[in-house]
Amino acid sequence: MGVGIEVKDLNAWYGSNHTLQDINLNIQPNEATALIGPSGCGKSTFVRCLNRMHETNPIAKVTGSVRIGDLDIYNDASPVEVRRRIGMVFQRPNPFPTMSIYDNVASGLRLNGFRNRRVLDEVVERSLKHAALWDEVKDELKKKSGASLSGGQQQRLCIARALAVDPEVLLMDEPASALDPVSTAKIEDLIFQLKSQYTIIIVTHNMQQAARVAERTGFFLNGKLVEFDSTHKIFTNPRDKRTEDYITGRFG
Amino acid sequence: MSSRYKTGKATQIWRSATNHMATGLAVLSTVLVVAPLIAIFVYLIYKGASSLNLAFFIKTPRAVGEPGGGMANAIVGSALLLGIGSLIGVPIGIASGVFLAEFGRGGKLANAVRFTADVLNGVPSIVMGIAIYSLIVLPQKHFSALAGGVALGIMMIPTITRTTEEMLLMVPHSIREAALGLGVPNWRSVLSITLKTASPGIITGCMLAFARVAGETAPLLFTAFGNQFWSANLNEPIAALPLQIYVYAISPYDEWHRLAWAGSLVLIVLIVLSVSLVRFVTTRGVLKGAN
Repeated sequence: MGVGIEVKDLNAWYGSNHTLQDINLNIQPNEATALIGPSGCGKSTFVRCLNRMHETNPIAKVTGSVRIGDLDIYNDASPVEVRRRIGMVFQRPNPFPTMSIYDNVASGLRLNGFRNRRVLDEVVERSLKHAALWDEVKDELKKKSGASLSGGQQQRLCIARALAVDPEVLLMDEPASALDPVSTAKIEDLIFQLKSQYTIIIVTHNMQQAARVAERTGFFLNGKLVEFDSTHKIFTNPRDKRTEDYITGRFG
Repeated sequence: MSSRYKTGKATQIWRSATNHMATGLAVLSTVLVVAPLIAIFVYLIYKGASSLNLAFFIKTPRAVGEPGGGMANAIVGSALLLGIGSLIGVPIGIASGVFLAEFGRGGKLANAVRFTADVLNGVPSIVMGIAIYSLIVLPQKHFSALAGGVALGIMMIPTITRTTEEMLLMVPHSIREAALGLGVPNWRSVLSITLKTASPGIITGCMLAFARVAGETAPLLFTAFGNQFWSANLNEPIAALPLQIYVYAISPYDEWHRLAWAGSLVLIVLIVLSVSLVRFVTTRGVLKGAN
């Protein structure tokens, strides 16, 4: 089951660049939340703060608190533990090129020392089915490299890989921006189905996509969260003038 | 608009001509690169093949004037020396390459290590021999296979270190992020993901280093020293193919000259065989469509 996320006074820096300023928001469990905004507005940095990937950059810094369920991720857990509970799908599909499809999906469990073959088989099948990829790859699971799939298939493979470690939250950083419209539609269908089991946060440049998949939407601008509300409200009747300007295409 | 944008008859002929010229130059360069290798190989076969027989591979050298005899001890000796060298050079080389690319990036220590590796790469092999002579042979008061192996091993390190570093840096950042994002600890990600992704290139680096030191004579002169008899004792002087070739080639005897040619042929064939074997073994498990 998904869990809620509570963000309080979150600030983030790259070197002296203050990329996130005083972010406060609550994300509901088992919903898809979309984050929109122009390039460089901080939305990617924000999701990377939610699984402590931001700090993998040596010049990065974070303050504030993030609670995921009942876990204070910056005080009660190590980055490694946090990332096991919060899956991430990146902008460009990044399957491990030397691994088969099967090994890619199993990698999260295996690299953390899990070896039971029967359970791994089950997890791989279930995750690939969840990611709507099973039927396309089931005959060549162990023979074909993950890198030999098409871009859209690779991205669904990456989703399966993230699901295999059974996270509570799934972060998606522009997961469809490198894909064609057909693959994009498949990913969006997938987000729709995955909501029942996971809390999903999706960063997107595509406002129609946000409108299609998300219950709630946040608008970021220059490192600040300008507005956060139900998707319907944001796209029909935003409170803030800047949100309105952005969604009507006056800038960005 | 200039005439460059029109495709008249003359333009087409000109393009076709430059195309053929460029292709021709590329083919010519390829021939120039491959020709010396083939020439050496053919000449070695011409000079050496006639002296090759079973005895060459199973007998030790005879005294001058006695017919027959072989280089079995030198073949085994070279294998031992290269074995010791690889045991030292490969792990240290790869480990320091990993340090340079993954853990020490941009740090003072990393810069010092990189600089040292580059200088070490430029040290003439005879100097390496003298260094090991004073570090190991003099304190022990005798030449030994061990000293020879250490000399070869140290010569392998810089090549392996630098190729490992280059290959690791070529692994896309997104692959590292994928592993970290799954909750894999950094050390585990480096060992199981980054190193594995870079392994074809790293293996090539190791093979280059191996092939280079396999033919080295100078660092063995003061360390392994050479031996006319059977020895597999790491604490005693040991024969090696390049040393044996050197001794036979500068001797005044025709019989020994022939053996030197045969030895050179065997050395080259053995290097090619071992490099191909490693490549075969390490690429067997590669999947359809990977890289």
